[in-house]
Amino acid sequence: MVSVAVMSGLCLAAPLIAPFEFDQIDLGNIRQAPSPEHWLGTDDLGRDLLTRILYGGRVSILIGMLAAVIGTGFGSLVGAVAGYHGGRVDDLLMRFTDVVYSIPTLPLLIVLASYTRADATSMSVTIGVLSWMATARVVRGEVLKIRAMEYVEAARSLGATSARIIGRHVLPNAVGPIVVGATLAVGNAIILESSLSFLGLGVQPPTPTWGNMLMDAQATMATQPWLSIFPGLAILVVVLAVNFLGDGLQDALDPRAETR
Amino acid sequence: MTRYIARRLAQMIPLLFGITVVLFAVIQAAPGGPEAALLESDRFIDPAMIEAYRERLGVDRPAPVQYVRWLGGALRGDLGVSFSTTRPVSEMIVERLPATLELMGASFIFAAVLAFGLGVFSAVRQYSWFDHVGTGLSFVGIAMPVFWFALILQLVFAVWLGWLPVAGTETVGASSLGDHLLHLVLPASVLSFRYVAGWSRYLRSSMLDALRADFVRTARAKGLSERVVVGGHALRNAMIPVVSVMALNLSGLFSGAVITETIFAWPGIGRMFVQAMFSRDYPLLMGILLLGSTMVVVFNLVADILYGVLDPRIRYE
Repeated sequence: MVSVAVMSGLCLAAPLIAPFEFDQIDLGNIRQAPSPEHWLGTDDLGRDLLTRILYGGRVSILIGMLAAVIGTGFGSLVGAVAGYHGGRVDDLLMRFTDVVYSIPTLPLLIVLASYTRADATSMSVTIGVLSWMATARVVRGEVLKIRAMEYVEAARSLGATSARIIGRHVLPNAVGPIVVGATLAVGNAIILESSLSFLGLGVQPPTPTWGNMLMDAQATMATQPWLSIFPGLAILVVVLAVNFLGDGLQDALDPRAETR
Repeated sequence: MTRYIARRLAQMIPLLFGITVVLFAVIQAAPGGPEAALLESDRFIDPAMIEAYRERLGVDRPAPVQYVRWLGGALRGDLGVSFSTTRPVSEMIVERLPATLELMGASFIFAAVLAFGLGVFSAVRQYSWFDHVGTGLSFVGIAMPVFWFALILQLVFAVWLGWLPVAGTETVGASSLGDHLLHLVLPASVLSFRYVAGWSRYLRSSMLDALRADFVRTARAKGLSERVVVGGHALRNAMIPVVSVMALNLSGLFSGAVITETIFAWPGIGRMFVQAMFSRDYPLLMGILLLGSTMVVVFNLVADILYGVLDPRIRYE
């Protein structure tokens, strides 16, 4: 929890606290190992690595969150509609979910990403579009439970429309698993984004992201290992923190879970 | 049981059909259509030639007609012709499949052995330092980007220590079985790491439940040795859910192979997929995606069946 806040805070505040400009080229100081002046060293063009990690984090974390919001939103909608209406609609939507779920995500993502212009928005949408299936299934299950409750019946007898019942009565009661799913989706999206960037399909330089920094670093791994180590460490720490947060939320929001 | 399997097999047909429709739509959505990559290449300058070629490929027909033609071919095992090599896609896939299966198989065995060891031991010694280290490592394993782990292992074991080869499948001029296995160590470790983490956690919690169960207390009360109680009674019951998770994850290994093979220059399907993506070889991409999806569907079925076979309490209608 604290570490997520600290990392996101640091990255948001990047322009204020970063010691250098992210694209500031300093040819007098290229390929420096970590030192008191450049804490994490510099790259081929003398750009400060710490600065670039902070700026890269803004893009990576932003994409992770946007993709999670898109995926969770769409998944909740599909799940809620399928669970609420049941019958034909449910069958159709859930079979469609099965189909998309069965296609290996990363390869499909690679194909889709190669179609689009690689900027932060299109990356978020592409990743989001492929990460809604689990949410849809979970939400559908919750909705099936909630739909049978008396208060939903009461709302219906008062003449509320389906959209209103789903929006006002059903979804708010399924919010626990949705939030947990969304949190875990952030970590997942950050990893997917960095994998795509690593293959050269992500956000393009000069905008730094953790993935494209690692792609650049691969060639010089033997001579300048710090360029490979630190961006990956940043991904690891953020994803780890987000996953802990998700686990914590799960325990906190699910009163049935026994405390360990 | 037989009837259950037959029904599940019947359900697979519409699912696979849906998958082909989605995949075909995705490929058709390529900017300029899937054939654009081929037609934009320098081989075609004359517009009349382009038109003639479009006709030969059949891409001048409406999309549904093309889909039916493609599906008809796919059912007979004909996945079309690769744009980049002009060879049949199915032939190229069959050629690369053994390398990928070898990598997936090695990773699977590696992950299973480690995960069982870790899982059982951390459950038996719950809250010991070993258990805590295991828990910590598995959280790291799940959060670790695969490609970065690969880079770090290459750096440490190949560049710094020089114990293992950086990439490839064999040393040129000095190939032998041992040499090949050495080349397999790094990619298989990378691919299996995440599953070691996931499965060992799963087995640990499942073991903890089993160790608290009445039948374990009964076994102890009968005076059976701890070894028999843990290995025979507890583990056999605890592994039921884990085995089906393992079968489910087999298909994840396929996705993971894309990145792992690319980094380690392993000549399998995953690497071919990335190359096909860069050369916009859509028939090949489509063929590989179809293979991957089929694997997912089949492994899901295997997972469900295994669950029933291992747990006699579950009766399928």
